[in-house]
Formats: sequence, structure tokens, C-alpha cells
Amino acid sequence: MIYDVRNETLPREEMEALQLRRLKSLCERVYANVPFYKRKFDEKGVKPQDIKTLKDVSLLPFTVKQDLRDQYPFGMFAVPKDQIVRIHSSSGTTGTATVVGYTKRDIENWGELVARCMMAAGASAADTVHNAYGYGLFTGGLGAHYGAEALGATVVPMSGGSTRRQVTLLKDFAPDVICCTPSYALFLAETGLEMGIDIRELPLRIGIFGAEPWTNEMRADIEKKLGITAIDIYGLSEIMGPGVAIECAVAQDGLHIQEDHFLAETIDPVSGEPVGPGEEGELVFTTLTKEGIPLIRYRTRDLTTLNYTPCKCGRTTARMKRVTGRSDDMLIIRGVNVFPSQIESILIDTEGLTPHYQLIIERQGNLDTLEVQVEVNESLFSDEIKSLQRVESKVMKNIKEFLGVTAKVKLVEPKSIERSLGKAKRIIDNRHKD
Amino acid sequence: MKVDQLSIFLENRAGRLAEVTRILSEAEVNIRALSLADTSDFGILRLIVSDFEKAKAKLKEAGFTVGRTSVVAVEVNDQPGGLNNILTMLQEAGINVEYMYAFVQQSGDSAVLIFRFDRTDQGIELLQKNNINIIPGDKLYAM
Repeated sequence: MIYDVRNETLPREEMEALQLRRLKSLCERVYANVPFYKRKFDEKGVKPQDIKTLKDVSLLPFTVKQDLRDQYPFGMFAVPKDQIVRIHSSSGTTGTATVVGYTKRDIENWGELVARCMMAAGASAADTVHNAYGYGLFTGGLGAHYGAEALGATVVPMSGGSTRRQVTLLKDFAPDVICCTPSYALFLAETGLEMGIDIRELPLRIGIFGAEPWTNEMRADIEKKLGITAIDIYGLSEIMGPGVAIECAVAQDGLHIQEDHFLAETIDPVSGEPVGPGEEGELVFTTLTKEGIPLIRYRTRDLTTLNYTPCKCGRTTARMKRVTGRSDDMLIIRGVNVFPSQIESILIDTEGLTPHYQLIIERQGNLDTLEVQVEVNESLFSDEIKSLQRVESKVMKNIKEFLGVTAKVKLVEPKSIERSLGKAKRIIDNRHKD
Repeated sequence: MKVDQLSIFLENRAGRLAEVTRILSEAEVNIRALSLADTSDFGILRLIVSDFEKAKAKLKEAGFTVGRTSVVAVEVNDQPGGLNNILTMLQEAGINVEYMYAFVQQSGDSAVLIFRFDRTDQGIELLQKNNINIIPGDKLYAM
């Protein structure tokens, strides 16, 4: 089922014509209304009228997260403050918060786009959506909420936290769809079992998971433990929030980008040069319709590959590969590139270890050390030291073999790794601390 | 003839063992025997308790990973050669002892050995054939 048949199945030439028309108008708007962009365009010697084809997007300057921080709070807004109807903000955990503003039309578009996503995930107006994304400044909660309403579904605005209560409501309200982070879905399943409630036996059918990178192995684990179809949704607050792209339930093979609203490119993260379809690069978005904070070539830091071949679900929109790493999340340990997602795949492949893990990197003298802390669970636990040590050495061996780094593997007690309601905190890098 | 032993995964952190004993104490569960095996990072606490199910439920509720293992409790005279006699018997039958621990009974004239065999049923059969006194679970829990 396709929510917006016309826009989600546009022939490529029509899509590109629409994108070009919107890109031209966007450049004029930001050049005239955002002093930051006027300065950036002028520095690059580019004028809005220089955009004649879609390829010309590469003439435009990049925007990075730091630019949004530097313009804190409202310097990137392209409309007068009285047209802004809502403000969201990042948590600011890695620096000054970034602030985004939405006009009334932005909010409507956002709802439509998330509704498209929910339908692509297999949901319909007849469904009940249990929304466990946090409400508030974080875009996840309200984004999914308005999307579910636009779809015509029934929303349970649960927000994050109160995990036991979440499980109780999953049982009592019998929702068809759940929205939360993938790691929280597993936590819900665990908590359910402690309470004697097996989520697999509930009517819950679809999970729409995002806000943190996850792997196909973790998807398989979630689908098994919750008895649902797990769908990957993608978005970021700077661009809009959830709903920028989604996997379709039909293929579960790449995330359909809402190309009529967002122009996607992939670039070499070092040189900034565009890379071709099928090649991995950093994902860059230009918002084609946003009024509040339109962004030009925003560097997401997410690494992915674009695929323009039509999908068997009928949508013609480009698909991005599931994001499993970020260019700024990549760890360099003794010269070897390591992504947390690679460690996660190894853990799940090794005797079904729980994906609750944490990477701790220290520097001893001039050498980096990596410790992988993994929670034990009952299926893994044994009363014999040697069998637990066998698991540790098997993981160590696999990490060495697949990634080429030596890691110390440490089994820790269940729940000793902090459960986060938003993005799971996978990395503790103590190398750069004094 | 088997005895239920509770095994608990413990990180080597200050206070974790005390946390277990506090939970058992509050649940009014008595510890009959215990052994702690450890590595530099973690330990496995093995316990025989007065009420296995209650202890297991309370510890699980507190977030511990717990397991159940069938072990065999044997009573021997508390005198030189008592343990050696049994181990020789097991060795000759090719039954491996994964681990064991022991305690002396209050009365002082006999010791109780707790065995974890690689083949529990064959172990029990062998001990019975040689008239070794096996203490059944319900008797041990209530000692």
C-alpha cells in the first residue's frame, strides 16, 4: 500500500524536474532570507541563478552541524519568527544544542511524510500505534505522533520511560505498531519476560525503529524476540525528524528517501567530492520544501550507499542502504577503522549474545586498548568458569579475525550497561581525556 | 538423588557478593553450602540453599543472572582418606569431576562433599553401587 501514489511513484524524469524546480526556488529563498547562506554563496562565488541542472547542486556550499551551533538559536531561520509554529532542539550532548523551527506547512508536510512511512511499513488507518519515542524537544515523539494521526491511526502517546508500564499497555491496548529505538524494543521484550508477558504472543505486528544505527543481525534478533516485522526509519532533526526515509515492508531492502522533499547525495567524507550510486559515501541532504529552516547540502555524517533501481513495492524513490556507521562514529584503534556495528554483528553471530554492549577505549602509553563489555544472559550463562571463558575467547578471536584488532572481552552482569531511552551509548572513548 | 544448586554470575565489583547475601537474608533463605569460583573479571557463586525456588525468584527479580545445576551431595566420615576413596572410585570409572566443594557438618563426625560430574546419572549410579551415602536434596536443604 502506498500513501501518496503520485509522489512516491514519479517517473525519474518527472522527479528530477520537480526537484530542480524546487531547488532553484530554495536557493533564491535562502540567498534572500538567510544572511548565513548569502555569505556562504558569495564566498563560493555562486548565485542562485547558476543552478541550471540538478548536477549543479555540487556548486553549492555544504552546511555542517557546527554551522547550526554557531547560529544558535535562530540564525538559520528563513522566515520571520511569527511564522514559526514549533521549535525542536537536539539534546546538545556533544556540544551546543542545534535548534530547528517549523512553519505550519512544515508541520503538515512532516505529518504527511511520516504517514507515508507508516504505510510503507505496513500500517494502515485501522491500526493502533504505540509511540514510545520521547515527546518534547526530541523530534521522535511528536514526529511519529503526527504521522500516525495523519495516517488516521489510533495513537497511544506513551513517550519514553516507565518500561514496565509500556509492557502492560502493549498487552492491554493490543497495539498493532510500535515506534521506539531498536535497543529499547529489545529492552521491552526482556522486561516483558521478567513480568511473565511474552511480547511474541501479543497482536503487535510491526515495529518502526530509528534514532540509532543498528544492523541486520539486530533486526533478526528483534523480529525473533518480539514476533514482529522490524522496519528501519531514518531521519534527523536538522532535516526534519523521523520520516526522511523508510524501508518498505515488501522488500526490506534499503530505505526509500522522500525525494520530492529531500535531495540526497553521497560524497567522499574526506574530499567532499560526489560518489556514484552504489558507492559508499557520506549522506548529504538538501531540503527542497522546508520553510522554517531550509538547509543546503547538510552533511549528515551517516555513511550509506544510494540505489536508484525501482523497488518491487512499486515506489520509484531512491533507496539508501541501512546506516550502520557514521563518519564521526568510526573508531580508529591502532590504525584500524572499527565501527560499533561491526562489533555488534560479531556479538550476535557468536552464540546469540545480547546486543547490549559497550566499547571502552583507553590509551595506555602510546597504545590504544579496546575493551568490549558484553552482558551475559541466561542462555549464555553456565556454572562453569571454563565455558564462560570460552565465550570470551571466541568473541576475541572473531574480532581479531574479522576486524584485525585485539580486544579484551569482558562479560558483565545483565542491565549493568545503561539502557538509554534514546540513542544507545555504545562508545566510551577515554583517550582524549586528561 | 540430585541436589539443585543455584549458580549466580557476579562481576568482580565491591559489594556484589554482599548484595546476594542481603537478598537471601531478607527472603529468609538459609545458605547450606557455597563456593565461589572467580577470574579477574567475574565470578560464579554456587549455592545450596534452604529454598531454591524462592532464592532464584528473588535474585532474578534483582537482576542477577542465575542458573540451576544438578549436583550430588555425598556424606563421608570426617577422617583421612575419606575423599580420596571416592575420587579413586570415580577415576577408575572414568567419571570427571567438573568441580567440587565441601563442608563439615555441625556434629563434626562427617563431611559433606558437593560434586558436579560431567555425567551426573552415571556418577550417582557408581556411588550407590559402592554404598556411598548420598544425601538427597530435600534432606540437605533442611539440614
